[in-house]
Amino acid sequence: MSAAAQNGAVAPSQFPPPVDVVGEFVAAPVADEDERIEVGVAIVGGGPGGLAAANRLLQLLADDPELTEQLGEVPVAIIEKGKVCGAHNLSGSVMKPGPLKELFPDFDPTSNPAVYTEVEDDAAVWMRSDKGSTTLRPTPPNFANKGNWVISISQLCRWMAEQAEDAGAYVLTETAAQKLLVDGEQVVGIVTGDKGRGKEGQELGTFEPGMEVHARATVLAEGNWGHLTGAAVKRFDLAAGKQPPTWEIGAKEVWKVTKPFKKVVHTFGWPTRPRKKHQEAGGGWIYPMGDDQVSIGYVVPLHTPDATVSVHDLLQTFKSHPYVKAVLEGGERVAWGAKAIQAGGLLSQPKLSVPGAVIVGEGGGMVDMARLKGVHLAIAAGKIAGERIYEQLKAGSNDFSSYEQAIADSTVGKTLREVQSNRGLIDSHSLPVGAALSGLDFVTKGKLPPGKPTLHPDKEQPVAVPDKPLKDIYPQPDGKYYFDKLSSVFITGNATRDDAPNHIRIEKRVPRQVAEAWKWMCPAGVYEIEDDQPAEGFVDVTVNYTNCVQCGAITARGGRLTPPEGGDGPAYQVV
Amino acid sequence: MSNILVYALHFEGAINKNSLGAISAAAKLAGDLGGEAHVVLVGDDISDDTAASVGAYGATKAYRVNAAAGTAQPVVDALDQIASGGDYGYALFGGGLLGFEAGAGLAARRGGGIAVEVTGLTVDGGKLVAERPVLGDSQISKIGFKGFGVVVGRLNAFEATEGGSPAPVEDVTVELSKAAGQINVVTRGEQRGADVNIEDAQVLITGGRGLGKPESFSLAEDLAGAFGGNAAVAATRAAVDAGWFPYAGQIGQTGKTVAPKLYVGLGVSGAIQHKVGMQSAEAIVAINKDANAPIFDFADLGVVGDLHAITPALTEAIKAKKG
Amino acid sequence: MTKIVVLVKEVPDAAVNKQLDASTGRLVRSGERTLNPFDTHAIEAALQLKEGGELSVDEVVAVTIAPAGAEKTLNKAVALGADRSILLSDEGLAGSDVVATAYALAELVKRESPDLVLLGQQSDDGQSYAVGAAVAEYLGWPGLTQVVGLKVEGDKLRAERQAEYGYDTVEVTLPAVLSVGDAINEPRYPSLKAIMGAKKKPQEKLTLADAGIDASKVGADGSQAVWQSAEEPPAKAAGAIIEEDDVAAAVEQIVAWLDERKLV
Repeated sequence: MSAAAQNGAVAPSQFPPPVDVVGEFVAAPVADEDERIEVGVAIVGGGPGGLAAANRLLQLLADDPELTEQLGEVPVAIIEKGKVCGAHNLSGSVMKPGPLKELFPDFDPTSNPAVYTEVEDDAAVWMRSDKGSTTLRPTPPNFANKGNWVISISQLCRWMAEQAEDAGAYVLTETAAQKLLVDGEQVVGIVTGDKGRGKEGQELGTFEPGMEVHARATVLAEGNWGHLTGAAVKRFDLAAGKQPPTWEIGAKEVWKVTKPFKKVVHTFGWPTRPRKKHQEAGGGWIYPMGDDQVSIGYVVPLHTPDATVSVHDLLQTFKSHPYVKAVLEGGERVAWGAKAIQAGGLLSQPKLSVPGAVIVGEGGGMVDMARLKGVHLAIAAGKIAGERIYEQLKAGSNDFSSYEQAIADSTVGKTLREVQSNRGLIDSHSLPVGAALSGLDFVTKGKLPPGKPTLHPDKEQPVAVPDKPLKDIYPQPDGKYYFDKLSSVFITGNATRDDAPNHIRIEKRVPRQVAEAWKWMCPAGVYEIEDDQPAEGFVDVTVNYTNCVQCGAITARGGRLTPPEGGDGPAYQVV
Repeated sequence: MSNILVYALHFEGAINKNSLGAISAAAKLAGDLGGEAHVVLVGDDISDDTAASVGAYGATKAYRVNAAAGTAQPVVDALDQIASGGDYGYALFGGGLLGFEAGAGLAARRGGGIAVEVTGLTVDGGKLVAERPVLGDSQISKIGFKGFGVVVGRLNAFEATEGGSPAPVEDVTVELSKAAGQINVVTRGEQRGADVNIEDAQVLITGGRGLGKPESFSLAEDLAGAFGGNAAVAATRAAVDAGWFPYAGQIGQTGKTVAPKLYVGLGVSGAIQHKVGMQSAEAIVAINKDANAPIFDFADLGVVGDLHAITPALTEAIKAKKG
Repeated sequence: MTKIVVLVKEVPDAAVNKQLDASTGRLVRSGERTLNPFDTHAIEAALQLKEGGELSVDEVVAVTIAPAGAEKTLNKAVALGADRSILLSDEGLAGSDVVATAYALAELVKRESPDLVLLGQQSDDGQSYAVGAAVAEYLGWPGLTQVVGLKVEGDKLRAERQAEYGYDTVEVTLPAVLSVGDAINEPRYPSLKAIMGAKKKPQEKLTLADAGIDASKVGADGSQAVWQSAEEPPAKAAGAIIEEDDVAAAVEQIVAWLDERKLV
């Protein structure tokens, strides 16, 4: 196949990253007893799903001293690559409170630092142009949020981690889960990442090798790009018969504001373009966070043919709309972040268990893309995982397939079934048509229109810089209202050491179109094309990997993110 | 309590510049308090001229103590003994290592308070108030003292002003503490490596990506050479990442923090990760061809132009000026 | 047998708190607290002395003064190699200045009777470079700061430290207090086993009364240096811009500007 097709557009998938996922990230156990760590249950990922599983397990173990003793010195260990649980978590987020309250019946939203506002009013706004907007009345049902809570997921994770620790969990932060430990056809744990390697991967004086962590059950709750989840899917062929996953990417800012804002607002339309050929159907949000703060964000798919689509810049552009300006006027930015979101839902959901392990949360496609909610599903799934694992461990088994049925039978399964076509419908049509069809799909709970949309891998979408690139509308950063990528990365608290090895796998010599797509796509400015590179043909991509906030977009778009040294990356506080 | 004692650090016959600044500052403040500034020199090779020279900076007396120089313990012993023998309310140090060590020791010895990294001193209601920047220089804190106060200045904070006659020198015998006897300076002031440590340099010429290629760092080297003495070359993370300069010379969030008298950025964009490493420089000059570079937002002097043409010409002009 | 006490401090995580949130003047101190990076070098130095064998070190004890909640940070110090830890936590310490803090630390050190006290020479929240020297004074021991090299020579320690005029080599007879700079070593990463094992190592929690510390010498009332106010630094005057096509003219203006300010 020729490298350039249709107007010179090139698909990133033609230049796959130098990585052998199964060869590198799945290993057989080799360590002696004294060189390994034994835990009862290893939970990979300190996000809402993993922490829900940990807390539920410990709740059940509290009444079961026999099993607790059997599980050894460390019944539950949470392995989190961020500095703390929550450091790498980002979400809108307007959460359905049900599953959290089920897990913690005494949870008090009024006194918990993670909960900012109980939603009283909501709106869906169609931004028709750079100035015009129309509020849809009534608010379409998928955007109805009354009774839900505006939370900070990074704060919620900190709180849930504290609960888990108080209940007896070992929370191992700054620890990457680098490999899946597989013995025969069973998952028996994970291998943590090395620390103290230099730029070329060499062992520095401080080198500390990763360790094998053996567990009777492993919960993969890694979130949107799932390093080990991806390895498990390939190794055990868990995606057989499923559609490929797709992703979107979101950028978010938290602002201190002078006038309280009271509505949960979702927008669609401008600044992205509505025609089907653009494949840009995304939208923005404005959520109140208490009386003196709001969060704003913008989300766009990662399969946009226009290489200059940049979610960070789209968020800056979004702020120039009078509707948004009215809210932010006189305010001050206090936080920024970006993260990809898995959008395939049930259509691309892998098999959710293998002997010894289960998949919880976004890594298992558990995001309601119609309502744009995943946190409550992750918590619900984590709780179910805790219960099924408890049951099976008590029976002396590591067969967790009952978890799969339990998920299917729960509200998680029900929700995912009802909305499975929703996102795909939008992508398969122009925005007005797609929106209408997804509206129909929503109210009929998936029955109409008939059939299921076809998903395509984001990286197979050819990209190019068109004649009318989207970048032409991006505002210039001024350091006060519009911000550039570098200063945004700075306020995430990202201070990765400069001689760390590169954790991003991409093909570094690619056609310019592909390099441009990566450069614009990345919210942290990781991918750069130097001035001395040719205007056409192949270019060398410069990878400023120490800027990386680990959003996961590159994995969707033709590269492969791997976990850097534990502790690296952002330290999100309130996003 | 209106007299101020000042410690004069010295080496090979010359008094440290920061100590001279402290003497000048103390002389003025003591005047405001209705007292005098007296200087203490501790060493075994202090000439009469050196000791008396403190008068030129405003001190009215020099105390000379014969003890080994280079550690804090004898200085604490000396200052404590002398302070107890007169109407001294404060002790002032010009900054630097011995300033911190001896100042902290003295404050503990006399049960007083200490303010460090001080950039300004005023007299308020007959008492000394110290100002110091905190939290990355984003705030200035004001600190007062209930009793005896020790002030350790930030490097380069006090200007030495000349104008005064040689001070009378008094030799003092100080009873040294046990701790002073447990410590022995084997060698003092050994220079290591040819390069000036960028953290100590007074003038820093910093190269960024805008230099274009590693060879262009010679422009920075030449300019640093023209300034001579305490000038050094440093780099941004981008230049270090590109392999154009060693990591030891990197300024920024993940590199070193510097506060030279003069910072000159050549082809430096001024991204915040770099800015936080050098924003405390007294004077910031930037040469960059991109008028929109963020560095122009906080540079004291911004030069929009081609650094490849300007820098060599500037180097020549500076050489000529220095003669 | 030698006992080493390492004084450690819990500080706000530097990457998180050095945010440019300038307009409000006060930076909000939310966010994680962590072990002062300079203190990790002190712990590493203690470990290297222990492993070196010349000084028979039998115990490395991590000691800190902190508000409640610093247990996790102390565990980090233990994970890095301390054998046990001590936390002094008491409301009466609130508002202590550097000298008062040093007094309290010195009392804790006296309780332990070590032969050597190590600490990082400064803390990340930049308060002072003075604690080590003040502690030494209270103990009546010699003290050195900015130590970037440490060797055992018979019954003495030979320290290299960077001072104003270059490197000094200083011999110290124990007991002594040494503040180390970050150039002294590269702290090792704690192994997972060490991290998990830290929770189980003994951690003593003390109040002022437990430690026999005179409450009147600490806290805001016991402190001699008094914080009066904080304000924003005077706004920097806007910079001058030179945009000249003529290189010679530009250079002339630059030199004049530098000259005016006695920078050349």
